[in-house]
Amino acid sequence: MAGVTYGTIYAIVAIGFNIIYNATGIINFAQGEFVMLGGMTAVTLNRFLPLPLAILSAVVVTSIVGAIIEIVFIRWLRKPSVLRMVIITIGISILIRETALHIWGESVRALPYFTGSSVTSIQLAGVYISPQVLWVVGVGALAVAGLTAFFNLTMLGRQMRACSASRDAARLCGINAGNMVTLSFVLSAAIGAIGGCVVCPITYVQYDSGTPLAIKGFTVAILGGLGNSTAAVGAGMILGILESFSIWVLPTAYKEAISIAILLVILFVKPSGLFGSAEAARLKEF
Amino acid sequence: MARRYSMVVAFAALIVAIQLATRFTDSSYHLTQLTMTAYYSLLIVGLCMLIGYAGQISIGHAGFFAIGGYVSAFLTTHNLAPRRGGGFVSLLSKSGALVARPDAFGGDLLHVHPWLACAAAILLTVVIAYVVGGPVLKLKGHYLAMATLGFGIIVYRMALGTEFLGAADGISDVPGFPLLSGLVVTGNSSLRVSNYYLAWGLVILGMVLLLNLIHSRVGRALEAVHGAEDAAGAMGIPTARYKLNTFVLSAVFASLAGVLLTHYNGGIGPSEASVMKSVRYVAIVAIGGMANLWGSLMMSLVLNYLSLRGYFGTFDDTVFGIILLLIMLFAPDGLLRRHILSDLKGLVSPRSAGEEAP
Repeated sequence: MAGVTYGTIYAIVAIGFNIIYNATGIINFAQGEFVMLGGMTAVTLNRFLPLPLAILSAVVVTSIVGAIIEIVFIRWLRKPSVLRMVIITIGISILIRETALHIWGESVRALPYFTGSSVTSIQLAGVYISPQVLWVVGVGALAVAGLTAFFNLTMLGRQMRACSASRDAARLCGINAGNMVTLSFVLSAAIGAIGGCVVCPITYVQYDSGTPLAIKGFTVAILGGLGNSTAAVGAGMILGILESFSIWVLPTAYKEAISIAILLVILFVKPSGLFGSAEAARLKEF
Repeated sequence: MARRYSMVVAFAALIVAIQLATRFTDSSYHLTQLTMTAYYSLLIVGLCMLIGYAGQISIGHAGFFAIGGYVSAFLTTHNLAPRRGGGFVSLLSKSGALVARPDAFGGDLLHVHPWLACAAAILLTVVIAYVVGGPVLKLKGHYLAMATLGFGIIVYRMALGTEFLGAADGISDVPGFPLLSGLVVTGNSSLRVSNYYLAWGLVILGMVLLLNLIHSRVGRALEAVHGAEDAAGAMGIPTARYKLNTFVLSAVFASLAGVLLTHYNGGIGPSEASVMKSVRYVAIVAIGGMANLWGSLMMSLVLNYLSLRGYFGTFDDTVFGIILLLIMLFAPDGLLRRHILSDLKGLVSPRSAGEEAP
């Protein structure tokens, strides 16, 4: 079950990558920091707010941070090179991480379990699982369903898709492409923050827990094919389960090295991802 | 040609001037940080060659630094005395590759000689750089950045999680490295001045090597690869081979820096392999002007020194993060651009503006 829990959170991070990648063609290396920020803010707010309200405010705060980042650092750049964007988003991730370090210190924090406690378990088809795992999986599924509905059914979602398909054509139709990019950062920050909140009772959160998540989320995004959010869920499960099995064979300390090794192998062998087509990948600009 | 070496001479004079300044102001303790800066600079100029001239980013060079440092540290501290009777160990011992020294309790320790350890470290680096670099350099943009970052994290995790490499504590009590008689790479304060000159001498040697490389057929080919890879390939330049060889060269620079700094500090810890270190090196190359060896070297001298002296306090990583952001936002070609000298000269005397800066 640990594999599924981690798999879901990786998938959530991967979806965050995909939203921004689809809208801008940028890989946002600060994606993991949104997850950390969501968890941290929720833990702090939970001291004087009830849990649901704390989580809601944390998601709002993180979304605002996402919007600020886009407006301050990204919006006014004219046709930046990929290398430049990579370095800028890495710089942003360092900035967020160091700010978090100075606000919250190095201590490890966690939210309380949403229902029950760390020892309660529910029997489901003969297996005992923690209710928090159900929360993680449930929220993950809701997020994917919600996003799919948003992109396919609402006007705003369709406008965003139009921008990612052809920014110039979308602009000719009267869509404000700049605002769509800001919206993509807000959405992806919000998704990250939600993920950070539901998973932090189990995995805990610390100022530097963002970077490993970002790398694994990226692995999953690549595994599923960049830009494909439904495939990212499947890929997230694959990585999560592979990772939890790797503990049986190798020491826990190498767990992270395993998933990165998987990433490298995919990049070398099939950069279009398991579910992506090589044809489409060739057209994308990396 | 003359200009190329006049810069080298000017830089050597600067190094001597700094040493004399510390001597007359009675602050020779600064030389310790300056020597460490020199070894980091060795890595920086190698990385500058890769990023600036071959146009390939690497966010994993701290990994190569750590490979050099850890291999050397492990081999020169691992006690072979209990296995003295073994065939391989006695063969090494007979060929003079091992050194014995007494430990603190009067027993004797048997280690691999630093020269052999250094050779092993460089050899391993070359092998790893070829194995990793081959597939990695086929990638571009995001994928290349992520793959090199991934390589760096794997090395970091291995160092952190491996028992015989000291896990979180790293390896300490690494002996000095006797390069020549009387010339030992060690943190011993009586040898501070000679170590300072040794370190910066190596940097200057590395610079001369790289400068000559840039102005050779290889350098011009690399510039073509950087400008337009497909066009360079069409002109008959083996782009993949040139990129890979530059990658390996910069890895060797990083590894050598790791070996020597480990002997100088007397130890190495996993933080040397951390992502932040790799990002810091990229930041320094970026602020130095990407394709500008002298700019990167000067920035490395200033920033590494300030950082090692602790001027940035707890904001150490923040400072480098902010530098990286500001440079990339406002001056993506780097602060000290390669043509800035000729630009400036163009203002003074328009006639010589076309001349290429060193």
